[in-house]
Amino acid sequence: MSGLALQNITKEFGTFTAVKNVSLTVPHGTFVCLLGPSGCGKTTLMRMIAGLDLPTGGAIKLDDADITRVPTHKRDLGMVFQSLALFPHLTVGENIAYSLRIRGVGKEDQKKRVDELLSMIHLSGYADRPVAKLSGGQRQRVAIARALAISPKLFLLDEPLSALDAKLREAMQVELRQLQQRLGITTIVVTHDQREAMTMADTVVVMNSGEIRQAAAPVEIYRRPADTFVADFIGMTNLIDFTADSTGRAHALGSPIEGLAVPGGLSRGVLSVRPEDVHLTAPGHGAMAGRVTFVRDLGGTIETFVEAGGKQIVAVSMPHARPDVTVGQDVGIKLSPDTCVVLKS
Amino acid sequence: MRREAPQKLSDYGPLLFPAGMLIVFFVIPFATMIAVSFFKRDPAGFYSTAFVFDNYARFLSLFFGKVLGFSLFLAIAVAICCILLAVPFTYLLSRASRRTQVVWLVGLLSVLSLSEVIIGFAWSTLFSRTAGITNLLVAIGLMSQPVALNPSLGAVLTAMVYQALPYTVLVLYPALVRLDPTLTEAARTLGASPIKSFFTVVVPALRNTIMATLIMVFIFALGSYLLPQILGRPQHWTLSVLITDQAIYQSNMPFAAAMAVFLVLVTLALVGLTLLAGRKGEAA
Ligand SMILES: Nc1ncnc2c1ncn2[C@@H]1O[C@H](COP(=O)(O)OP(=O)(O)OP(=O)(O)O)[C@@H](O)[C@H]1O
Ligand SMILES: [Mg+2]
Repeated sequence: MSGLALQNITKEFGTFTAVKNVSLTVPHGTFVCLLGPSGCGKTTLMRMIAGLDLPTGGAIKLDDADITRVPTHKRDLGMVFQSLALFPHLTVGENIAYSLRIRGVGKEDQKKRVDELLSMIHLSGYADRPVAKLSGGQRQRVAIARALAISPKLFLLDEPLSALDAKLREAMQVELRQLQQRLGITTIVVTHDQREAMTMADTVVVMNSGEIRQAAAPVEIYRRPADTFVADFIGMTNLIDFTADSTGRAHALGSPIEGLAVPGGLSRGVLSVRPEDVHLTAPGHGAMAGRVTFVRDLGGTIETFVEAGGKQIVAVSMPHARPDVTVGQDVGIKLSPDTCVVLKS
Repeated sequence: MRREAPQKLSDYGPLLFPAGMLIVFFVIPFATMIAVSFFKRDPAGFYSTAFVFDNYARFLSLFFGKVLGFSLFLAIAVAICCILLAVPFTYLLSRASRRTQVVWLVGLLSVLSLSEVIIGFAWSTLFSRTAGITNLLVAIGLMSQPVALNPSLGAVLTAMVYQALPYTVLVLYPALVRLDPTLTEAARTLGASPIKSFFTVVVPALRNTIMATLIMVFIFALGSYLLPQILGRPQHWTLSVLITDQAIYQSNMPFAAAMAVFLVLVTLALVGLTLLAGRKGEAA
């Protein structure tokens, strides 16, 4: 198989295990986002793929060749660091040409490639500027161009956009994704911003305390989270405890949920329901009973906080479907079974 | 905090003490030396007030020219050796564990506490035929019989580098510690071997620091006058040795002062040229 394969990768620092038995295949040309809370081992995993750290167990394969112990400079990869690590003593053009110069590419060819890359990142004519004189977004793009100069087999980015302001970050996300699709390069991005991951990735890999919790397409991760951690970490969700009786009928918040199929043998668990799938109705008529505690009108969406069965449930609706409720009002909550994800508690 | 420039004379008050120290301990002695360099030597006593260029004229001989040339050569050689040893060493040290760093730095600091005399005699023992390091080489079979390694240029150079190296490391250390370690990692991901990344990233990024350190060691080495005498032959004596000789043993203060002033001028000129070349290189 062409592409990257991680096989049972483990990394221990002394007695602390930063990455636990991680296996992942990244087919050629796909865009993968490593997503997870701070300290979950994303950077450590990325550094092992780059060869900057050696795993204490497992193997890394690139296009079927074992590269676990190949030194970094022989791996043909491009990496963008969180600090960008642009060389302060070189100009923009020299920074981008660095990997070419190291490989002994001729001056003429270097210049041609630099011009090509500069126009790709919309910075034509900046070749002779010192890197210190660039804005944050420009430096970002120079770091990306520098990493791509040799057309690497693998493109790695560790929180590449975290230093940018929100607007620029969103624009760069789209730009980065389009660039990756144009070049068809296998790309792995570390981020702890789930919106960023959803924007760019073919596959989102959710990690927690050194382990992969789920690796799937963004929509799949959102719609079918594998466990409560993933459900909670990706977007907003309502985690509602349920019990199932002997006939497989689920009860939650004191009412049965009609039509929900609970896998056999599961007598209790957690339902993950996205706020946009929570519908508020008039009380009674078999709906779960709740009371509105707070309404947050954000303009684009309206969040209604409802207390039901001692739990806070959030419903999100669009302005055109604004629920006609006020704080303190009794309401009914309707969950449709196909939007409820049954998880083990 | 107040930012505006001092308004009244009294605002300069805090400067009084350092300025006073500077005048008493630097400006006055230096001015005296310049003045003395134009005085006439009085063979009976010390010197008599005059304004003659004799001392400088006497200096313009082939002999003193050679000594000056050798002094500059030796100082430059010491400075270059120190930089060649200290830059890689300090780089590795700055990447080592905290413990290793502390142990090495304490060791280097203790070398600083040794006086030039002790360093000189220690090395003269180490280079001697009877008790020197060649005996070790004989013991492990690398040499057939012990030899004396001093007096020689190599011995002078070794001892002076040994003396200046701790200063070099301590001056380079803060700059290397502050250097972002991801720079070399980035270089490695871009295809540079660790050695190549050291020469294409660490050294150029620290160019100014290295240049400044080079100048510092150069000036430091110019002032050395004991080690060349202890470990060298007369042809390895530097201008500083001759200045000491003239000032202390020949009691020829005016001539010693003239040589000292000349040495300062040549040093300043060299440092100026180096800085100029550095600036040019930067602009290019
Ligand atoms: N060199 C090291 N020695 C000891 N522990 C380390 C080392 N590097 C990382 N760790 C530990 O490994 C864990 C994972 O670190 P890592 O940097 O991979 O997290 P991360 O997912 O990138 O977090 P963030 O989102 O904050 O960057 C952390 O608990 C960290 O303290
Ligand atoms: Mg990280």
